[in-house]
Amino acid sequence: MEANINRKFTLSYFSAVILILVLLITAVSPPSYGQSKEDPSGAHTGTIQDVPAAKAGQPTIQELGEAVGHNSISINLVWTLIAGFLVMFMQAGFAMVEAGFTRAKHVAHTMSMNFFIYVLGIMGFWICGFAIMFGGVGSISALGGTPGLTHEITLHLFGKGFGLFGAKGFFLNNSVYDVGIFALFLFQMVFMDTTATIPTGAMAERWKFSSFAVYGLFISMIVYPIYGNWVWGGGWLSTLGTNFGLGHGVVDFAGSSVVHMVGGVAALAGAMVLGPRLGKYNKDGSVNAIPGHNIPMAIIGTFILAFGWFGFNPGSTLAGTDLRIAVVATNTMLASASGALFATLYMWYKFKKPDPSMMANGMLAGLVAITAPCAFVNAESAVIIGAISGVLVVVAVFYIDQKLMIDDPVGAIAVHGVNGLWGILALGLFADGSYGSGWNGVSGPVTGLFYGNPGQFFAELIGGIVCFVFVFAFMYGFFKVCDKVIGLRVSEAAELEGLDIPEMGVKGYDEPLSIQDEVLPSPEIA
Amino acid sequence: MKKVEAIIRTSKFEHVHKDLEEIGIGFMTFMDVKGYGLEHGITQRYRGTELNIGFIPRMMLNIVVPDDRIDELVDCLMKTASTGEVGDGKIFIYDVDDAYRIRNGDRGSGAL
Repeated sequence: MEANINRKFTLSYFSAVILILVLLITAVSPPSYGQSKEDPSGAHTGTIQDVPAAKAGQPTIQELGEAVGHNSISINLVWTLIAGFLVMFMQAGFAMVEAGFTRAKHVAHTMSMNFFIYVLGIMGFWICGFAIMFGGVGSISALGGTPGLTHEITLHLFGKGFGLFGAKGFFLNNSVYDVGIFALFLFQMVFMDTTATIPTGAMAERWKFSSFAVYGLFISMIVYPIYGNWVWGGGWLSTLGTNFGLGHGVVDFAGSSVVHMVGGVAALAGAMVLGPRLGKYNKDGSVNAIPGHNIPMAIIGTFILAFGWFGFNPGSTLAGTDLRIAVVATNTMLASASGALFATLYMWYKFKKPDPSMMANGMLAGLVAITAPCAFVNAESAVIIGAISGVLVVVAVFYIDQKLMIDDPVGAIAVHGVNGLWGILALGLFADGSYGSGWNGVSGPVTGLFYGNPGQFFAELIGGIVCFVFVFAFMYGFFKVCDKVIGLRVSEAAELEGLDIPEMGVKGYDEPLSIQDEVLPSPEIA
Repeated sequence: MKKVEAIIRTSKFEHVHKDLEEIGIGFMTFMDVKGYGLEHGITQRYRGTELNIGFIPRMMLNIVVPDDRIDELVDCLMKTASTGEVGDGKIFIYDVDDAYRIRNGDRGSGAL
């Protein structure tokens, strides 16, 4: 019986080997040129035969033009979508950085905010955020003309038009049912969400989830889209150039101000209204460190963000056919490194140890700062901009933490707010006049102060001031009202126990991972 | 029988474990503990601010031996767990009334 089974096994084994041998011989047999169309080198794939034409292989000029145009827009659309997917993944980076820099007992709450902001943001941006921001942007030729985004509410003063907000494309309705517009929506939605998730870091470990949810809709539907419209949607800041001769108006390539500074200023307003975490400051005014529970998580999150930034900045061309993307991507990489390097060196010099959390903040600061100027500066300037941001972020963290006594567990205000402002100012200083012809309807390239155009710097300065005043006033007011109506902050007992069970119903981790979680904050500290 | 409760440096644990096996100690339990003694915690620095939570991590060993082996055990621990620096730990010795082996009911020293 056993022998029988063995023989059967041997037989099937042999037939399998023979089959494989036959396949191998077929595969390595000499190629039969002229008969088949395989193209292993790829040099012959994609010929005139592939141009859609009535007579195959003999397209007319018209047919040729159609194919070229279609391909060009295809490259742009695919580029914009893939860049958008990369930016979407930055949500994971934010979640890990914020959770890593905060304590284990709040981890389900911190993670849930970072998760849910994505959900709320998409809904809010779909309802009206996109329409307010881009409803009047007009034609974006790189995405095929985006027909339908034609309605900007404009204030007319002194014979000039001041665009206030767009009013077309609510719910992505059928009047904007267009591939280019849908691609634009996806790309801009993930940008908005970057802004929206910034305050969750500064306000972590004490923010009531219900009021956080209301905030998520407020910023995605109203505050972010309005400022975004002013700079990117054809609004009044973008027309400072055509109206008043200030360079090209406010130029912000990928959103140092529109995305990061708006988020950072909202975070500042929120952290001020919310107040510091229990145990952060002593009665005598001294400061306690409250270490994050997972440095590896924060470092991986930082890498995910840096990776996503290769979508954030180069994708902002909205055009894979705009080969400036190579400069944009390289500048982004350089500034991220010099930001991290100089933050590290500064900490090392000052405290004898290179602090890992500041290394991470330094890289993010470099990325935030290069976001506006990335398309307009040379490599040398990118490194300088990053280096300054690396030192700036450390100085700003200490100033906010120890002088202003605003508790920001992850450094979001310093990273995004302060360096967002630095980013647009840096554009006004370092833009070298090699790119941006016709930007915002002004002829000639974008040129900064150091290259002879003070007007551009002045426009950027106005953009920064307006961003701060508008966002701070709106968000501070919102948080105050929110505090009165639904309450902004959790109870003291919930904060001491950890927000996981009181706010979310379940613990993120089974056990406390660290003794620091149990002993901080000390009970006698106010 | 005597029970030895030894608090030792975490970095000495592997060494102590090996030496205990060598002298034929057949039964030990241990746990991670935190506390303070002459040393009060480790100073860390996080985002520029110094931090000392006031406790240091150590290992606690629980070993039960027959009376005649206690000196040998303590000698071994004193030798192996020592660095000569503050924070090497402490040894406490208790009397043990009785002991059982759950599997077969062996009692007293025979249960060890």
